[in-house]
Amino acid sequence: MTLKAVVNNVAQMPASADAVVDIQKLSLTFQTADGPVYALSDVDLKIERGEFVSFIGPSGCGKTTLLRVIADLEKATGGDISINGVSPQEARENRAYGYVFQAPALLPWRSIERNVTLPLEIMEISREERIKRGHEALKLVELNGFEKKFPWQLSGGMQQRASIARALSFDADLLLMDEPFGALDEIVRDHLNEQLLKLWARTNKTVAFVTHSIPEAVYLSTKIVVMSPRPGRIIDVIKTDFPKDRGLDIRETPEFLEVAHRVREGLRAGHSYDE
Amino acid sequence: MTTIKLDKFCLVAAIAALLALIFPLSGVDPESGKQIAFVSDISGIAVAMALCVIAGAAFTWLGVGHIQYAAIILVVAVFGCWQAIAALYDYGIAGHAGTGFWLFILSLWAFVWRGIDVVARYRSLEMAKQQSANILVPIAFGVWLLFLWEVIVAGFGVPQVLLPAPSAIGLRFISSTDILAADFQQTFIKAVISGYVIGCGSAFIVAIAVDRVPFLKRGLLPLGNMVSALPIIGVAPIMVMWFGFDWQSKAAVIVIMTFFPMLVNTVTGLNAAGALEKDLMATYASGYWSTLFRLRLPAAMPFVFNALKINSTLALIGAIVAEFFGTPIVGMGFRISTEVGRMNVDMVWAEIALAALAGTAFYGAVAYVERKATSWHPSFRVRRH
Repeated sequence: MTLKAVVNNVAQMPASADAVVDIQKLSLTFQTADGPVYALSDVDLKIERGEFVSFIGPSGCGKTTLLRVIADLEKATGGDISINGVSPQEARENRAYGYVFQAPALLPWRSIERNVTLPLEIMEISREERIKRGHEALKLVELNGFEKKFPWQLSGGMQQRASIARALSFDADLLLMDEPFGALDEIVRDHLNEQLLKLWARTNKTVAFVTHSIPEAVYLSTKIVVMSPRPGRIIDVIKTDFPKDRGLDIRETPEFLEVAHRVREGLRAGHSYDE
Repeated sequence: MTTIKLDKFCLVAAIAALLALIFPLSGVDPESGKQIAFVSDISGIAVAMALCVIAGAAFTWLGVGHIQYAAIILVVAVFGCWQAIAALYDYGIAGHAGTGFWLFILSLWAFVWRGIDVVARYRSLEMAKQQSANILVPIAFGVWLLFLWEVIVAGFGVPQVLLPAPSAIGLRFISSTDILAADFQQTFIKAVISGYVIGCGSAFIVAIAVDRVPFLKRGLLPLGNMVSALPIIGVAPIMVMWFGFDWQSKAAVIVIMTFFPMLVNTVTGLNAAGALEKDLMATYASGYWSTLFRLRLPAAMPFVFNALKINSTLALIGAIVAEFFGTPIVGMGFRISTEVGRMNVDMVWAEIALAALAGTAFYGAVAYVERKATSWHPSFRVRRH
């Protein structure tokens, strides 16, 4: 097995017709009482089908905002963005993506099963089909047997897994994850990272993943997007080539450390500490 | 050297009971100039006092650590209460109770206080035992208050017009159930229930409309605030003019009273769902009604039930007060206003008791539904483990 990390700059690669997300010259400015805040400026990015893309950068660099623009939870003020060839709003209305938030956001009055099948219920899918798909989604995150429990009866890690199952339940091809493991401890996070990677390898979904952890970004991704604040912009795009069935132990290999080093350099370059 | 911890309540009970044996039980009859009764004349109360001394002394030393001890104390106290009532009514102490009698009541008070305190702090993993303890505390407390009321009214000979004894109210209650039933039917079943349902229901629907239409929120909420500030005493006669003497005018008063609390609480509740949950629904392209029923109304339920509970008591007050301003010759408010005029104070109190019972039952029913409907809420969920 050759564990050679091919590190090159994707920004210069030819555009593929198979792009799930295509962003050109995107900018987003919030108008506030203290004057405009430039959350995103001049962002160019393509996410291909089946890629696992991580967005990494310090707080306030616009990585969450970028994900929210892709999800149509925020409207861009300039530039072009298309999801599966259509506008973000159409993509949202077509239920093109599953979104996992920083917090589990499970509804406390619904059991885990009914939380996971909530999107299916909104899509007016029949009851039997909902239950079947709910079971499958819960099995993917190893939560089968907890269907009848209520969210507050589960630990934080299990709640976040349930929220991932909910995003998976309607089988969207695109998975948008906003620091889903940010509030969890290291051990649980490692375990969930491993599970997420297996899930991605098996289902061949496209994943956009926001994080501020360098090891997490390098371990999970096929492509790492390094961002910097004020204004939020992309300063480096790093492509990695670890095998799909990688284990946690690759984190000790020189190739891994090399990529991690490049990410760190990028973050350092984009960050000035004297602010 | 081990320090001995004396149980202060039992000590007080023992000393008070001992003094009760010594001090005169009753005052002097003004006509004959003789003491009406001595402790030695009434064997029952003498035995009860002696028991209190013994039990008090024993538990001062032992402490009331076990629930069994509390049970013994309460049994002694119940026996004492029974003998005190018997002494009042069977031996003519009523109206002439003396120092000894009140010391005995003080002794019983100390016992009951200590006993209920122990039961209230009782913790058991067995549901049945814990629940009986939970139910016993308010019942024991209520019965004790009624006893105290009875004893004070009878002991001091308070005139019935000022305050009838609970036993007199109870007798009147039982002997006039037909009148009470008719009043209940008129005031509660007809006026309160319909007014409550119309007031809360319309406010709920208006709240959803207000939430949907921004200008209503700005225009209607301040107006609603003004309506709720209208004095009920001023509105009730007008409602009687508009809707006639029967229950419809009372229902109208209740609608005015209950509308605003429900409106404000529901509007607040509809905004209770967090931004995160709203974003979540947006990612599923959930429409307005879907989000309303799946997210916002469930999240609003604790607020809605809050208003329903507030309104359950407001509605009864509204109906009774409104009946003071014109009514057919039936109804709880009508009865209270006329019987006061005829000095039938025990009947007034019977109506008050009926109102208290109905109000409590109404509130309890709403609270029960709330517990079932919002069992997920943090204030209830601990009980479900």
